[in-house]
Amino acid sequence: MFAYIVRRLLYAIPILIGVNLLTFTLFFVVNTPDDMAVSQLGEKYVTPEAIENWKKKNGYDKPLFVNADASGTSQLTDTIFFNKSVRLFAFDFGRSESGRDITTDVSTRMWPSLAVALPTFIVGIGVNITIALMVVMFHATRLDRGAVFLFVALMSISYLFYIIGGQYLVAKSWRLVPVSGFVPEGQVWRFLVLPVMVGVIAGIGAGARWYRTLFLEEANQDYVRTARAKGCSELTILFKHILPNAMIPILTGVVVLIPTLFMGSLLIESFFGIPGLGSYMLDAINSQDFAIVRSMVFIGSILYILGLILTDISYTLADPRVRLS
Amino acid sequence: MKAALRFAALLAAISLAIGLTSGCSEGPWNDPNPSSPPNKITYQSVMTPAPPKHLDTALSYATDEALFLMQIYEPPLGYHFLKRPYELIPQSVEQLPEVTYLDKDGAPVDLESGEVAYTRYQMTVRPEAHYQPHPAFAVDASGEPLYLFSTAQEGARFHQVPDFPELGSRPVQAGDFVYAIKRLADPVLGSPMLGLMGQYIVGMKEFSDRIDEEPRERWLDLRQYEMTGLEIIDDQTFSITINGRYPQFIYWLAMHFFSPIAPEVDRFYKNPGFVDRNLTLDWWPVGAGPFMMVKNNPNTEIVLEKNPNYRPDFYPTEGEQGDAEAGFLDDAGKRLPFIDRAVFRLEKTVLPLWTKFLQGYYDRSGEVRGNTNRVFDQAFVVGPDGLELTEELRGHDITVSQDVKPGMYYYGFNMRDPVIGGYTDERRKLRRALQIAFDLEEYINIFYKGNGIAGMSPIPPGIPGFMDGEAGINPYVYDWVDGKAQRKPIEHAKQLMIEAGYPNGRNAVTGEPLKIFIDVQSQAMNNTTMNWITRTFSQIGVQVEYRPADWNRTREKLLTGNTQIFSHGWIADYPDPENFLFLLSSSESPLICECDGANNANYDSREYDDLFEQMRLEPSGPARDKIISRMIDLYQKDAIWLYTFFPKDNYLNNAWVSNTKRHGITPGNLKYLRIDPEHRAERQAQWNQPVTWPLYAGAILLLLLLLPGVIAYRRRLKATATH
Repeated sequence: MFAYIVRRLLYAIPILIGVNLLTFTLFFVVNTPDDMAVSQLGEKYVTPEAIENWKKKNGYDKPLFVNADASGTSQLTDTIFFNKSVRLFAFDFGRSESGRDITTDVSTRMWPSLAVALPTFIVGIGVNITIALMVVMFHATRLDRGAVFLFVALMSISYLFYIIGGQYLVAKSWRLVPVSGFVPEGQVWRFLVLPVMVGVIAGIGAGARWYRTLFLEEANQDYVRTARAKGCSELTILFKHILPNAMIPILTGVVVLIPTLFMGSLLIESFFGIPGLGSYMLDAINSQDFAIVRSMVFIGSILYILGLILTDISYTLADPRVRLS
Repeated sequence: MKAALRFAALLAAISLAIGLTSGCSEGPWNDPNPSSPPNKITYQSVMTPAPPKHLDTALSYATDEALFLMQIYEPPLGYHFLKRPYELIPQSVEQLPEVTYLDKDGAPVDLESGEVAYTRYQMTVRPEAHYQPHPAFAVDASGEPLYLFSTAQEGARFHQVPDFPELGSRPVQAGDFVYAIKRLADPVLGSPMLGLMGQYIVGMKEFSDRIDEEPRERWLDLRQYEMTGLEIIDDQTFSITINGRYPQFIYWLAMHFFSPIAPEVDRFYKNPGFVDRNLTLDWWPVGAGPFMMVKNNPNTEIVLEKNPNYRPDFYPTEGEQGDAEAGFLDDAGKRLPFIDRAVFRLEKTVLPLWTKFLQGYYDRSGEVRGNTNRVFDQAFVVGPDGLELTEELRGHDITVSQDVKPGMYYYGFNMRDPVIGGYTDERRKLRRALQIAFDLEEYINIFYKGNGIAGMSPIPPGIPGFMDGEAGINPYVYDWVDGKAQRKPIEHAKQLMIEAGYPNGRNAVTGEPLKIFIDVQSQAMNNTTMNWITRTFSQIGVQVEYRPADWNRTREKLLTGNTQIFSHGWIADYPDPENFLFLLSSSESPLICECDGANNANYDSREYDDLFEQMRLEPSGPARDKIISRMIDLYQKDAIWLYTFFPKDNYLNNAWVSNTKRHGITPGNLKYLRIDPEHRAERQAQWNQPVTWPLYAGAILLLLLLLPGVIAYRRRLKATATH
């Protein structure tokens, strides 16, 4: 297994270079270094000298990919792409365009993201699996059809509706929790109840419907009929037979998400004022802060690759027949 | 029976949980603010939609950032809080600058002599002005700085300014103002002021070039380098010399760029390793203003506290007409500031901000942005006297502060465009026809709920040169009827179209329909607005095509003149007509100066340019008013902009906040604000009683949903097999 993990980690290097190249290209298709300079310097009295000075100070005064004025390897290394990318692989994220240390910001902001994402993730899985199992128990009844209808309806509603509706009802009309905010010291849970609740409810439609499909596939297997013939109760069949056998597809969809929980959610964090990495990314995009965007995409890619490796490992735990080689 | 007992037990458990939860919190359940220190009056406010990027006086150039800087720093001059038109007053200096005109040899000359080569501004610092307590000023027994480290390791235990146990302070000195100006010229900092001020302050560019050659691994003491235009006369007195005459320079002295910076503070933040922990002057400003920053978490909140070393400062004893009746003089002569702390929380979206304001958790609806983006439309209804607060808000005793900022939105014509640009009579008539067809008053009513004033010239109300009444109307677009301006009828626009060679909107020669192109920023215009504009111009047979793009691409088009009609806006830096009329000076046209100029209409008139130069140097008075009037005539005759309007900002105040008069130029007015904390606490408790029945209802609903399932499951277990 060790060799397998090392090999997968080595595969990650070209993937990360590719992701970085793509991010870089897409960003500079939309923004030029001059645009970035104007965005940082403000829109008044920006002289060409000030723009040049900003570019020089921040390392954007070189060609993007190929430096025709240089010779030898410098043609490729004395460029914005090389200078800005190579440091990422040493996990040196540098400073944002406004001068803040990105590593410090990321390490500070990942905890609020996790504080929202982790309970949403765990409670969400629990609720979705429970509902799906209940619905499977009543397969092909009116209850099942009604539930599927409800799932599709829940899936069709915009995520924004859940957020705004939740804020309006729970925080504004009923005044049960703060409408938004995050105070690390003291009663943090008061600020997490609503975003977690909204995240869980918004995910029920898609989640429960997906788990229902997985469980139904297993429910028609011979071993289930055998268990039922043996006289096992429905609950025993569901939890002791169907659930463990449906673990492989569940793990495929779930474990990959675990590392990315650190990255937070763009919408939830922005609307609920959670100072996490999701809103960090959104702010960076709005303010054309390429240094942050590049770093966040890089971190996101690494976490995703890590998630895929973890998923493979989890297969071996869920099904002893699986061997990684 | 057994099931009923279980059900009852579950209900009891839920009730207990709710009861326990409610007992956990002392105040209302929905209070989003952490508890404030007792015996300190805390102002609860908001920063929106993003945290400040720069808090260094040399780098910052945004209103959102000035909100903080202008409380922490004290520039030499400031604005009178109450008087209108805006009036400059001395702030960290004793009096307004003493202005001396110099000839090319530096000898004083009379203004009228025609030999003025330089202007010198001399100021004397208030002896009572002191910096806030800060570790940069802390010294040991021998008077040496306490926190100067030679390696990053030595200072590694300090992560934020409040981590430093020892603090110090000292009086503000003349050299600190000079040091601050030298920082503006430091190319490593990259101040946006270097380009502009480099044209005026003598020796600034040379200074910048000189220090650009110096190695910068460690702190560079700018005191060692001379800038010709700056002189420290004694500990309290300094002067700034500028090239030629630039009467508007005095207004720049009221902006944060010219606030004093102590060299030891600059040196402190250059300690090795500090920048890696965001310990910089850009994030922890140090000034001598009424407040100091005690917490800077740009992700959640910024907290200011009263500067214990702030100089004696008092609430003004006079204002403009009506101020006394409005209660703005109730605190006349009292020592400032009135509040002890100010907390600014980050709000990125509107609903939470609005909800918290209505719940009483924010004292005011905003700081530097009012209702310009129609955030609080739901607060108003249109009544017989115009906009009125809704019944709910009136029930909360909420008050409105209205503010017409010295700024504008406008749609400009590109005067170099081959179809609508140019200076022939036909082109002028074509543009006037479009101006008349665009019913600006309706546009403001529909899309801004009437929160704006249709502009007759580029000068907004409150600025010298603004003319009201019949004398102020644009006679090419409006008639004066029954004591008010009335837009000329659409028939007049149609007639102008005929005279311009476009009868019914078609080219008289080719028969082609006239299609105009409007460049808009994608996020700034919605379909409803586009439809309205299309319908408006269809009245004179003109077709419209929109070319939406993001700001970067729009800016690129403006710089290359690749536009026909474009949308833009302007907020003035200072309340002088020069800061508006320069928008049409040919020296500001990007196509002429090949720079990022502000005259995006590319208006090019020798007469206007000459008048502008005269007006710029002329002191306020009838002669200057006459020049301005002629410039406005040219603006109206040449029909340079499709329209301009001056937005009105509405700010809402909860009843416990006093002295809420808005100041269009400076946001540095926190020191005047007064809060009644008892009133606030009482109202917050009254407005935020939790509604608990949904919790019980939710629990019962959940059980009711589960119950049929449980019953069906039990029935199924007991049923006989059917297959």
